[in-house]
Amino acid sequence: METLPIQVTVNGRTYTAEVEPRLLLVHFLRDVLNLTGTHIGCDTTSCGACTVLWNGRPVKSCTVFAVQVDGGEILTVEGLERDGQLHPVQEGFWEEHGLQCGFCTPGMMMTAVALLNENPDPTEEEIRKAISGNLCRCTGYVNIVKAIQYAARKLREGATVHVGGA
Amino acid sequence: MTATAVRGIGVPVKRKEDPRFIRGKGTYVDDIKLPGMLFMDIVRSPYAHARIKRIDVTKALAMPGVIDVITGEELAKANLAWMPTLMGDRQMVLPTDRVVYYAQEVAAVIATDRYTAADAVLAVEVEYEPLPPVLNPFEALKPDAPLVRPDREQKSNHIWHWEAGDKEKTDRVFQEAEVVVSQDLYIPRIHVASIETCGCVANYDPATDKLTIWMTSQAPHAHRTVFSLVTGIPEHKIRIISPDIGGGFGGKVPVYPGYVIATYATLKHKKPIKWIEDRSENLQADSFARDYHIHAELAATRDGKIRGLRVHVVADHGAFDAAANPSRFPAGLFSVCTGSYDMEAAHIQVDGVYTTKPPGGVAYRCSFRVTEAVHTIERMVDILADELGMDPAEIRFKNFIQPHQFPYKSPTGWEYDSGNYPAALQKALDMIGYQELRREQAERRARGELMGIGISTFTEIVGAGPSHTFDILGIKMFDSAEIRVHPTGAVIVRIGVQTQGQGHETTFAQIVAEELGIPVEYITVEHGDTDTAPYGLGTYASRSTPTAGAATAVAARKIREKARLIAAHLLEVSPDDLEWKDYAFRVKGAPDRYKTMQEIAFAAYTNFPLGLEPGLEAECYYDPPNLTFPFGAYVCVVDIDRGTGQVKIREFLAVDDCGTIINPMIVEGQIHGGLTMGMAPALFEEIVYDENGTMLTGTFMDYLLPTAVETPHWKTAKTVTPSPHHPLGAKGVGESPTIGAPPAIVNAVVDALSHLGVRHIDIPITPAKVYRILQEKGVAE
Repeated sequence: METLPIQVTVNGRTYTAEVEPRLLLVHFLRDVLNLTGTHIGCDTTSCGACTVLWNGRPVKSCTVFAVQVDGGEILTVEGLERDGQLHPVQEGFWEEHGLQCGFCTPGMMMTAVALLNENPDPTEEEIRKAISGNLCRCTGYVNIVKAIQYAARKLREGATVHVGGA
Repeated sequence: MTATAVRGIGVPVKRKEDPRFIRGKGTYVDDIKLPGMLFMDIVRSPYAHARIKRIDVTKALAMPGVIDVITGEELAKANLAWMPTLMGDRQMVLPTDRVVYYAQEVAAVIATDRYTAADAVLAVEVEYEPLPPVLNPFEALKPDAPLVRPDREQKSNHIWHWEAGDKEKTDRVFQEAEVVVSQDLYIPRIHVASIETCGCVANYDPATDKLTIWMTSQAPHAHRTVFSLVTGIPEHKIRIISPDIGGGFGGKVPVYPGYVIATYATLKHKKPIKWIEDRSENLQADSFARDYHIHAELAATRDGKIRGLRVHVVADHGAFDAAANPSRFPAGLFSVCTGSYDMEAAHIQVDGVYTTKPPGGVAYRCSFRVTEAVHTIERMVDILADELGMDPAEIRFKNFIQPHQFPYKSPTGWEYDSGNYPAALQKALDMIGYQELRREQAERRARGELMGIGISTFTEIVGAGPSHTFDILGIKMFDSAEIRVHPTGAVIVRIGVQTQGQGHETTFAQIVAEELGIPVEYITVEHGDTDTAPYGLGTYASRSTPTAGAATAVAARKIREKARLIAAHLLEVSPDDLEWKDYAFRVKGAPDRYKTMQEIAFAAYTNFPLGLEPGLEAECYYDPPNLTFPFGAYVCVVDIDRGTGQVKIREFLAVDDCGTIINPMIVEGQIHGGLTMGMAPALFEEIVYDENGTMLTGTFMDYLLPTAVETPHWKTAKTVTPSPHHPLGAKGVGESPTIGAPPAIVNAVVDALSHLGVRHIDIPITPAKVYRILQEKGVAE
């Protein structure tokens, strides 16, 4: 099968690789880079378990080809923690019991990070709408909303965090 | 040691498993990567019922990167074309001559990577001769129906007939009854749809002659035994590891053909084989839940005292009876359907039927058909109230089993351990402002608005189960725990159950912390690896806390009893002079003279009394004396849009009683999740087939899981009625809300429409279904 060269920065580190044009970004992250924190939960762009940030915007990485992100910046769950400091969204999910089995959690957190980048003080309704492309089967969403509210508070209080790429 | 430091029972300890999950460092099955690993993908049937005339693998085998294509014919030579189900039936692993459901496994491709395997699946040529599908279980029972299972001796689609209760007494009650109401209820086929699908990595290592399978398993030990019995491989040569699991809900209890084929493939090729389902395969072919066609009748006096319940169910099991029930319960615990109400008699009959649909049925976050049972009685009580013109709360108060009646023997033979149903309902009504809501409803109704209030006062039955009645393939349903206290007072606990998100690594540590006075952060809980964990039956049916939770408490108490001897030795007093108080052994009358568990642990390895075995460890295999019976009172308030038929849950209050609460944060989280999985089938989820037996709901585009937008902000509250027979008084909670929520929602919707003559609506209550009713009644906008 024909391959194409790509260069992509993931969590601040630049990688070059030869990939099949049909290789999905999620498989590139998981199988090529061994970043298995990004999960796969469906085949139809419905569940959001594979959500990552591409140049700061949330995308479902099962519906993006690796070749599309050539030259771009990707942030995955593994890139949220900086210098041993959890991202406020990660902290919020832990504090507020925003996860149970943990499978949807990375995608859910990436969507939350993108939301808070755009809207630092979202209402409950805005949070619910923002995460409506991320399915969770365990929590019933109440504590996920609380977790994102926790992170929003923390971020507004001026925690130093780097978000949205390298 | 203070309670603050120990953080034992009743403390909302943050979860110990979360640090790895929030960093993306969990290890789920698809995260396992082994050197030389091959990928398996499955060819599936496009027909619900067909004869296989020919399978041609030539083109597939010729593709670069394709290693093998495995068919049923090959498996038959290894005596693996069929496998036993947990219910004493047998199930095809791969077919040799016919397929009996849409998306059934037909052949398996092994290739060097997952893309090549998927390509090769399309290159396998299968010629089918379609046969008539058998989709309706009532049609399936007719004598001229096509036979789903000609391999069986019994030439009919009827699988089994099962009864509970007293037929004669029940019939007599119905003959004498002043009032009888009856209703057909269909609880449709649904799917657990955990966000992680099923899969495995099977690895046979010829150097050690050991087979290791990382598997999405809710019951790794039971699966190891099944694998050993099916393959003939000695059990000590099989290691099943259930790593982090992305949700179970019952869907990861059965053994699926994919696991068996991957295992066969690793034994054949001596290389690791990874098989991970995609979502469509998961929805189309994995075990379904429910699919119960229920006819129920309730007998009562004119003033609303329930006298008897009579139920007949036709249970659609698909092509194989692959339900995951305890062996003696083909219809699970459905016979708990007399619910929270005291009545003279009940008689329950269930007939299992084969159809050309995928096999099942498993639970869907439910203790073996209890959802079906609760739906039946909670709907019937409302229907009776409607018939008699009574308030649904009033009729419940009138019929509740009263607190003084516990332990209560139900007409179908269960012994309810404890409960206070009136207190729970009263609390729910007070909190939600029931009378005020009824007034508001009357006002809105006068204005033509549709508002409904629904109540569900359910009784769960969990914690399977006592060895005299409960087994799976003969293995009794005990569970286990093993505790080792290290010299420095740190602890490792290994348990026979396995978490899929329930938080065992935290709650089981809290149990040990409480019993031993050791801070929770010094306690590690391990599970899911059959080489290290003690034998247990796994996590489903809300059984972990009632069984392994009890085992953990008992094992910890054994350690405490040994610790008493060591403490006596250290304090130079008689063991009888010591009392366990404030997390230490203290000299009676001189509480300042004490030894903590940390001090005792060190002495257990360094300075133990002569004649006492060194070390500080214990294990317990706990055979529960009874099941536990959590309960709750739920109130749901809905508004219905007359223009769209949309049901909006305005408010939902869940008052749950699960006995002693180990971690209130986790319990509340379980309730939120359970309520959402109760709402899902009530309003959205249903597996639908067309007339050919092709599944129409094989993706998340068609099979609708609730998102954060549809899910209301659940309100929760509690009452606490400990179980008298559980060492901690705990009952289990994970599934109560899933079984309690659907009837509360349906009762609310029906209540909103009852003045129009609506008495029942089958789930899922979709906008289209409601809108049709509004049109029929002439109130659609």
